[in-house]
Amino acid sequence: MKLTGAQILLKCLEEEGVDVMFGFPGGAVIDIYDEIPNSKVEHILVRHEQGAIHAADGYARATGGVGVCLVTSGPGATNTVTGIATAYADSIPVVIFTGQVPRPLIGNDAFQEVDIVGITRPCTKHNYLVQDIKDLQTIIKQAFYLARSGRPGPVLVDLPKDVQQQTIEFDYPKEVSMRSYNPTKEPHIGQVRKVAKLLKKAKKPLFYTGGGVITSAAHEELTWLGQKLNIPVTSTLMGLGAFPGDDGLFLGMLGMHGTYAANMAVNNCDLLLAVGARFDDRVTGRVDSFAPGATIVHIDVDPTSIQKNVSVHVPIVADCKSALAALKKETEATLGDFDWAGAHKEWVDEVQGWSAEHPLTYKDDGKSIKPQYVVEKIYEITKGDAIIATEVGQNQMWAAQFYKYTRPNTLLTSGGLGTMGYGFPAAMGAQRAFPDKLVIDIAGDGSIQMCIQEMMTVVCNKLPVKIIILNNGYLGMVRQWQELFYEKNYCSTCMDAQPDFVKLAEAYGAVGFRVTEKKDVEKTLREAFKVDKPVIVDIRVEKEENVYPMVPAGASLTEMLLV
Amino acid sequence: MSKHTLSVMVENEPGVLSRVAGLFSGRGFNIMSLNVAPTLEKGVSLMTIVAEGDDAIIEQIVKQLRKLIPTIKVKDLTELKSVEREMVLVKVNAEDSKRAEILRIVDIFRCKVVDVSADELTIEITGDQGKIGAIVNLLTRFGIKEIARTGNVAMQRSMQIDL
Ligand SMILES: Cc1ncc(C[n+]2csc(CCOP(=O)(O)OP(=O)(O)O)c2C)c(N)n1
Repeated sequence: MKLTGAQILLKCLEEEGVDVMFGFPGGAVIDIYDEIPNSKVEHILVRHEQGAIHAADGYARATGGVGVCLVTSGPGATNTVTGIATAYADSIPVVIFTGQVPRPLIGNDAFQEVDIVGITRPCTKHNYLVQDIKDLQTIIKQAFYLARSGRPGPVLVDLPKDVQQQTIEFDYPKEVSMRSYNPTKEPHIGQVRKVAKLLKKAKKPLFYTGGGVITSAAHEELTWLGQKLNIPVTSTLMGLGAFPGDDGLFLGMLGMHGTYAANMAVNNCDLLLAVGARFDDRVTGRVDSFAPGATIVHIDVDPTSIQKNVSVHVPIVADCKSALAALKKETEATLGDFDWAGAHKEWVDEVQGWSAEHPLTYKDDGKSIKPQYVVEKIYEITKGDAIIATEVGQNQMWAAQFYKYTRPNTLLTSGGLGTMGYGFPAAMGAQRAFPDKLVIDIAGDGSIQMCIQEMMTVVCNKLPVKIIILNNGYLGMVRQWQELFYEKNYCSTCMDAQPDFVKLAEAYGAVGFRVTEKKDVEKTLREAFKVDKPVIVDIRVEKEENVYPMVPAGASLTEMLLV
Repeated sequence: MSKHTLSVMVENEPGVLSRVAGLFSGRGFNIMSLNVAPTLEKGVSLMTIVAEGDDAIIEQIVKQLRKLIPTIKVKDLTELKSVEREMVLVKVNAEDSKRAEILRIVDIFRCKVVDVSADELTIEITGDQGKIGAIVNLLTRFGIKEIARTGNVAMQRSMQIDL
């Protein structure tokens, strides 16, 4: 049966198992929208295309699947760019469909024409302009395959309006074959054996894990290795949740706002096992003093990550899950005859000593509301059983430090690009994926205003996301830098002109709470979490609270400012 | 810092050149020359890229090129025995008194005169970087009016013998 390009797109999405997409219509995609009512794929109408792409991204992170977003040409397409770059920086699989002007008009500066393939070339894993209806189905198949395989990432497909209207036989390819793209999945076994040997010799081994462990669903293998071989684990922001955050071997995050124990452990370890992490500058601090005495093993599916920022002694190009499974197999055989726990006991004691010496903490004067206290309470009340999204800034760091992530895919945060405005729409996407879960966006008063319009989307789609604003009246993280490194020149970071967030929630048909007293924090949070509607809780926290520990930019990890 | 000649086989699809060029500009790598043309295989183009950088940069360039989805194969020819050629067209001043000398140089270097006028000669030169450097150098003193270069094309030698 012959179908139009628009019908084919929706059929292909059904074949890919897509049950929802987030989007916003326009002239260049109206043919697709015309078909949506006949399709099994649900469409969630957002209020801004940035909301659509972040929601698709949040959906992908929470489910471990692929998120889908559909927007029109020109301004619709450009409004997604921040979200595409966000997904790209964190290697999140999303497929973005953009409308394009009809082929005869391409290149003529037509109404709402933009070269979105050109614009997004550097921030997509790959992108396509469909120039021939004959290629449409192959391209869609490839787009999903590319998005989720190898190092995942966003893939954009630009669809000219006339291609959407042309017809062709529906025949969705079963398989993808691309002679130019064959990501390595399995590790080189010789290298894995080398690591197993190094592990036996090491006195002070340390896992440094990143988002790759989560994207490849390698958390069970990692947890096994850490616990059975008695190896402490530190994680990047993106890796939180891959190793149980409440396990004594877990040292918390490393890097700029990492824990004292984690950064000291990196500095003192003799074997650093970097898994699915890319030695980002927020993690390493000064590169030449990073893990100075360690043999470095680096497992990553993307060869370009290896040797990019630091030189590595044992590189392993592989999917993290396959590599850790192989390492598990290699070491499992010796569990009986090698005393793994004993071999690293002294080291684990030393590391735990650092944790005890300088735990994550804050000064509580008992009067004002400390933002860290709020995050602690959220953890206590939810017992860690929630999906947490964050905005960017101090709120993000406190959410990383004071909430314990015990399972993967439970922290949604823009790690690589640091996109303010990410958290709320991402939470919306996650809530759509898990309607019965508690989904919380831990927000700053600045960031939340960047995609606040999605309040309408969550209200009318009955997505009961909870927004907890740690309202300090500042663009807090920038203010912190101004305080510490720019002689308190608080230029353009004071945000005391604010909307009434409670009324704003109510204006959208959601529920609003305001908390100004410490004694009301817990009670209000409990109440908010019970409401079966979207909620904003505006919590007036200590205005000039800082995130500690802090490694100043460009310093080495041991040069930490502590509380 | 050293110069590397990279042979990059890519799917000949729209935008592939800008993906490659964008990779260089976006990551701050320097391209010295870049040459693209179809191969015998349908849909496949060969790029010869000369780039400069230290070992770490070249390693990144090679890996990043491999990472591009349309890239089929990347070879760093610098590590291999290879043949490299460039074609250059030079238009030089050639008034009567200098003409004989220029033709002698053309002869010695086995180049070709491809266009003549009363006071100019256009010369086609093919060769490796050394030869081209030498002849361009010699011709400079007559006054080069225009020069057009293809950039290197290169190929691995069939036999990788160490003598
Ligand atoms: C889109 C965007 N613009 C600017 C920044 C730079 N930036 C990083 S943190 C920050 C302050 C965030 O303030 P707020 O959301 O109130 O959170 P807080 O730090 O106070 O918790 C800014 C402006 C950014 N990360 N993203």
